[in-house]
Amino acid sequence: MKIDIMLAGVGGQGVLSLAALIGRAAVAEGLHVKQSEVHGMAQRGGAVLSHLRLSDQVIASDLIPLGTADLILSMEPLESLRYLAYLSPTATVVTSVDPFINIPDYPPKEEILARLRRLPRAVLVEAERLAREAGDVLSRNTVMVGAAAHLLPLRRESFDGAIRQTFEAKGERALEMNFAAFEAGWRVSA
Amino acid sequence: MPRRILLGDECVALGAVHAGVSSAYAYPGTPATEILEYLLEFRRRHGRPFAAWCANEKTAMEEALGACFVGRRALVSMKHVGLNVAADPFVNAALVGTHGGLVVAVADDPGMHSSQNEQDSRFYADFARVLCLEPATQQEAYDMTAAAFDLSERFAVPVMLRLVTRLAHSRTAIEVAAEPRPENPVRKALRPQSWILLPSHARRQWHDLLGRQQEMVAWSEDCRWNRLTLNPDDRELGVITTGLARNYFEENARELASRPSHLHIGAYPLPLALIRRLAGQVKRLLVFEEGYPLVERLLRGLLDTPLPILGKLTGEVPLEGELTPDNVRPALGLPARPLTNPGDLALPTRPPQLCQGCSHGHMYHALKQALAGQAQSTVTADIGCYTLGALPPYDAIESCVCMGASVGMAKGASEAGFRPAVAVIGDSTFLHSGLTPLLDAVHEDADMTLIILDNETTAMTGGQESIAPSARLKDIVLGLGVDPGHLHVVEVLPRRVPQIAELLRGEFAHPGLSVVIAVRECLETARRRRKLVEVKPS
Repeated sequence: MKIDIMLAGVGGQGVLSLAALIGRAAVAEGLHVKQSEVHGMAQRGGAVLSHLRLSDQVIASDLIPLGTADLILSMEPLESLRYLAYLSPTATVVTSVDPFINIPDYPPKEEILARLRRLPRAVLVEAERLAREAGDVLSRNTVMVGAAAHLLPLRRESFDGAIRQTFEAKGERALEMNFAAFEAGWRVSA
Repeated sequence: MPRRILLGDECVALGAVHAGVSSAYAYPGTPATEILEYLLEFRRRHGRPFAAWCANEKTAMEEALGACFVGRRALVSMKHVGLNVAADPFVNAALVGTHGGLVVAVADDPGMHSSQNEQDSRFYADFARVLCLEPATQQEAYDMTAAAFDLSERFAVPVMLRLVTRLAHSRTAIEVAAEPRPENPVRKALRPQSWILLPSHARRQWHDLLGRQQEMVAWSEDCRWNRLTLNPDDRELGVITTGLARNYFEENARELASRPSHLHIGAYPLPLALIRRLAGQVKRLLVFEEGYPLVERLLRGLLDTPLPILGKLTGEVPLEGELTPDNVRPALGLPARPLTNPGDLALPTRPPQLCQGCSHGHMYHALKQALAGQAQSTVTADIGCYTLGALPPYDAIESCVCMGASVGMAKGASEAGFRPAVAVIGDSTFLHSGLTPLLDAVHEDADMTLIILDNETTAMTGGQESIAPSARLKDIVLGLGVDPGHLHVVEVLPRRVPQIAELLRGEFAHPGLSVVIAVRECLETARRRRKLVEVKPS
């Protein structure tokens, strides 16, 4: 069993926190995990990509080969389209529909969403709205993990554990909000 | 053994702790920054080892060398171009016969994700005649760091640990030692003269170092990181991999009809006998290495028989950029993987940019206003967030070469007859390598204007504290001898942009050296500081 995930977004959107949540859940199940991150200049408001690989076998490459990824999980709709070449024939794109516009030539949102809807398997998530409803717009990363959770061979309890591990130190309220955010995301694809 | 989830850089840091390191020094630089960050946090929690940021990589290397001078184990870490800055102490440290282990962790950046070049640090290890270990996995990064200290003491040389971005910034679970080794006691060298590199001593030390080369090669031949796997049934191709290239080879190897004989090199100097054994078995050699074709070049002088050697020099493997699980396939005779979805929509690129409201942006507006109307002008710049001023909408700078170069280049341009010459440098970069060229400029009263963008932090690498606080910057500049009448400290606020532009115009007209320190705390650092205050118990 192996699951290769391309995590996408814009520097500052918390792409690495997505990776950390899924990574923790996978480690809890005894899987091998490799997670390649982007630091430094590339983080400054630019396109950010992280390769996350889960497997029950030893993982050789830190990078996912082209044409083989199982999932693109993106915090931003334009960014989700940047890495389609990595997808395998059976892969899914799970993306937030909320554009992050910090470039002058950002295409019309409808054009991007229409392109996404033409993909064989795409899950469009209103992450910001769901996060706000869960109590904090900053929990949109957790919403996105919830929305992708069905596609990952990991148990719900493992995600709950990962959320607890990640947000426990921030207090009971933060923890509850993130559980709610995960649940909201989970229901999108349920 | 306990398991930990760690970034490649953090594996190096923890490996050093478990090997009994006493001191760690560094200057921030992607992708090596997290090595010292981890050690600073470790020190905060446990009190040891000593760990500190330094003014630059050279001072870091020298301070580490001082710890080894008194018998302790020391780690110095940097990005690849930092080793250029620290090259002088590094090369000479190979001669002194250190008895306290010195490990030099250098993180290369093939593909230039966050760098000006993709130079390969293994050449420096070869040049200095010292051992180099090159991990291919995070576990190896941890194991090799610990072993590097032992090797440094055994062979009395610094040992280079060569990392690359994709390992430094990739996270996975590793097994770590249950018990750390104790630190070395403080003990001066038995032969203190070995540290005094007067020509007469240096000749003896060089002779000794050359004499140890054979022992180093002998160690390399049967070290566990150099592994030869022969396939007697396939005499066609032999594959040599180094570092991360092994992972990309393995990622593809199961698709090969027959698995070729394979030598993986994780430790240098090169294991000559292993290479010759492989070469004796096959008709062709294929070399995959992350970085420059170091092994490939050396091979051409080592083999007894003329064997075709395929790799970066012959075009089978890309000479530029980093290796990937995809770009090694053609050399293995594998077709490109079919792409089901090539992505048909032309997407606008999203390059990195200054944060919304960043004071560097305001300062660039002021600078452009001040230069408007000049028949000609030039702005040399330096390395940091403000280098993004090269991109639209600013298009405000014209050079970025190496740490501190803005100052010397503006001086040189001015003295070559060009005016106005303006240099732009950040506070941390100025303290790293801008002081000495400013001394030159003071000496000549060079006709130039230096703008120090003081955001009170090393912003690009994550907001490390600058080596001198913002409040001292003015006194430091004055201390170098800059005329107080042409030294200005301004606070960068959006509404003051026209006044700052006016001030700059006045200094451009001055036919001598002017320095403007433009102060405004980095937004990101300020945000983090506020957050820290918030979480403190009320």
